[in-house]
Amino acid sequence: MSTATAVDERVSKASPLTRLMRRPEIGALMGALVVYIFFAVADQTGTFFSLDGTARWTDVASTYGIIAIAVALLMIGGEFDLSSGVMIGSSGLFAGLLITEYNIGVWPSIFLTFLFAAAIGFTNGWLVVTTGLPSFIVTLAMFFSLRGINLGVTKLLTDTVRVAGIAELPDGSPRPGYESAKAVFASDFSAYSFRIAVVWWLVLTVLATLVLTRTRFGNWIFAVGGDSNAARNVGVPVRRTKIMLFMYVSMSSCLVGIISLMRLKSMQAGQGVTQEFIFIIAAVVGGCLLTGGYGSAIGGTIGAAIIGMAFIGIAYAQWNTDWTWLFLGLILFVAVLTNSLIRRRFQGARK
Amino acid sequence: MTETSSHEPAALALENVGKRFGSVIALSDVSMSVPKNQVTCVLGDNGAGKSTLIKILSGVHTPSDGQMYVNGEPTTFGSPREALDMGIATVFQDLATVPLMAVWRNFYLGNEPTRGFWPFKGLRTKFAKESCKAELAEMGIDIRDTEQPVGTLSGGERQAVSIARAVHFGANVLILDEPTSALGVKQSGVVLKHIRNAADAGVSVVFITHNPHHAYLVGDNFYLLNRGQMMAEYTKEDVSREELVKAMAGGAELDALAHELGAKG
Repeated sequence: MSTATAVDERVSKASPLTRLMRRPEIGALMGALVVYIFFAVADQTGTFFSLDGTARWTDVASTYGIIAIAVALLMIGGEFDLSSGVMIGSSGLFAGLLITEYNIGVWPSIFLTFLFAAAIGFTNGWLVVTTGLPSFIVTLAMFFSLRGINLGVTKLLTDTVRVAGIAELPDGSPRPGYESAKAVFASDFSAYSFRIAVVWWLVLTVLATLVLTRTRFGNWIFAVGGDSNAARNVGVPVRRTKIMLFMYVSMSSCLVGIISLMRLKSMQAGQGVTQEFIFIIAAVVGGCLLTGGYGSAIGGTIGAAIIGMAFIGIAYAQWNTDWTWLFLGLILFVAVLTNSLIRRRFQGARK
Repeated sequence: MTETSSHEPAALALENVGKRFGSVIALSDVSMSVPKNQVTCVLGDNGAGKSTLIKILSGVHTPSDGQMYVNGEPTTFGSPREALDMGIATVFQDLATVPLMAVWRNFYLGNEPTRGFWPFKGLRTKFAKESCKAELAEMGIDIRDTEQPVGTLSGGERQAVSIARAVHFGANVLILDEPTSALGVKQSGVVLKHIRNAADAGVSVVFITHNPHHAYLVGDNFYLLNRGQMMAEYTKEDVSREELVKAMAGGAELDALAHELGAKG
């Protein structure tokens, strides 16, 4: 081997392929390709492959993806958040009630809702690091509490189980601020009706990836998930890192809640419930290790894309959509299996 | 207390320090001093209170009684971070490295080099990788690839990375918790060499171990800890290796045991 630079002879030259295979999200990426080709072939309507079809599945994937990225980061940090689904409903209702029942402006309401979400995330995180209970339990308790509060408060204030009338004032005239908020959170673009949520999703993917791989905070996320004791011993603020991750998850759920509210112009009290597992599936399919310390943000994005393709692809294949969940179950299992095989094959690591 | 000729204050000193956990007395009336640029060994068998002592020195626990001094100044640590900020670094027995993270990420964990300003503050990844490799090489540690996860290194290499990291980040005092206990003979030798190198480079080392042979090889001063109390104190000049081994093993008890076994044979 001619070595112009000082290459260590003990390092067997890792081929670009092997290097690629060591990325945590590679299994998911290959899975996504398989799923994409599968549904492109199974498609009965001829739209899945088209830009129209792409706009449809990316729309589903985007609202899952925005939260799945955050859940992936939290999972790398070694924790779970089961309240991420119900928080969509809680934030949408919170904003909706501020707007309709308390006549607070649309933008100030959105701002207050993000503060509310940050407070819920802080509570989750603070309880987890202070009590030392598993985050699974703490956030499960938060999930049920919020589910109850969503229903109770909404019924109390509106006598129904939904908050409506976001777009108009009671006299029927357009509500000031709604149009601009809709433009930011729920507009369409291009002739194929791509949703603005897709842009949020992709921008957040890039930001989360940068934070994870190129900042101190990202280093700390890997450390607190990999070995929180070791991290604390070398001076990483473990509590702060975990709390911030919980806040990030809650605030991404809040973003999706606001997006839904602006799209639907109303919010059901049960919105978002049962979605929490979809985010976890997306993160795990994307290569995050359930035990923490390993994974990537882009993995969550790919996982969400697979789920989006499945939801829309099954409809386009004109199968009974009841089978979607079976499909998700199989995808989850196969993805985790291939991930672990790939990791063993290519990582050359003992752990 | 300090038998060193100079009147320079000790890098780290304890005066009548005790620690209780509820009704359990883990340490009582422990006094010791860690002279600058020397290797101070704390010897003790299992349950002697070594772990508690280390946690007090490194800021994980605060003592229940007594006083700690850093460079002659009375000091109390609220957290390991505060100890680190005063240049007291600890390499824990369970190793302060994260197995799944790359060597360079571990090396700079908690002290990441950054550039730019918030919110555009980025990690200097290229610099970190290169300087990590260079720093480790300078300490005589030759890591193949700084991108490989620490979990793939051998126990000795991991220990060496931890020591190199502590020294690199300006540790004046390096506390090592049983660094050789899980290692083979050759690897122990490598780690002991790093300990001596660190002391020669101007670091005051606290070497906690249950192995008197290892301690005698690198130590300048020796403290013997048993059942939460400081039993004896030696300097290298006034103790031989045999005496140290004997003291460590319980002195008279060992004589009795040897006699008993000898009588049988």
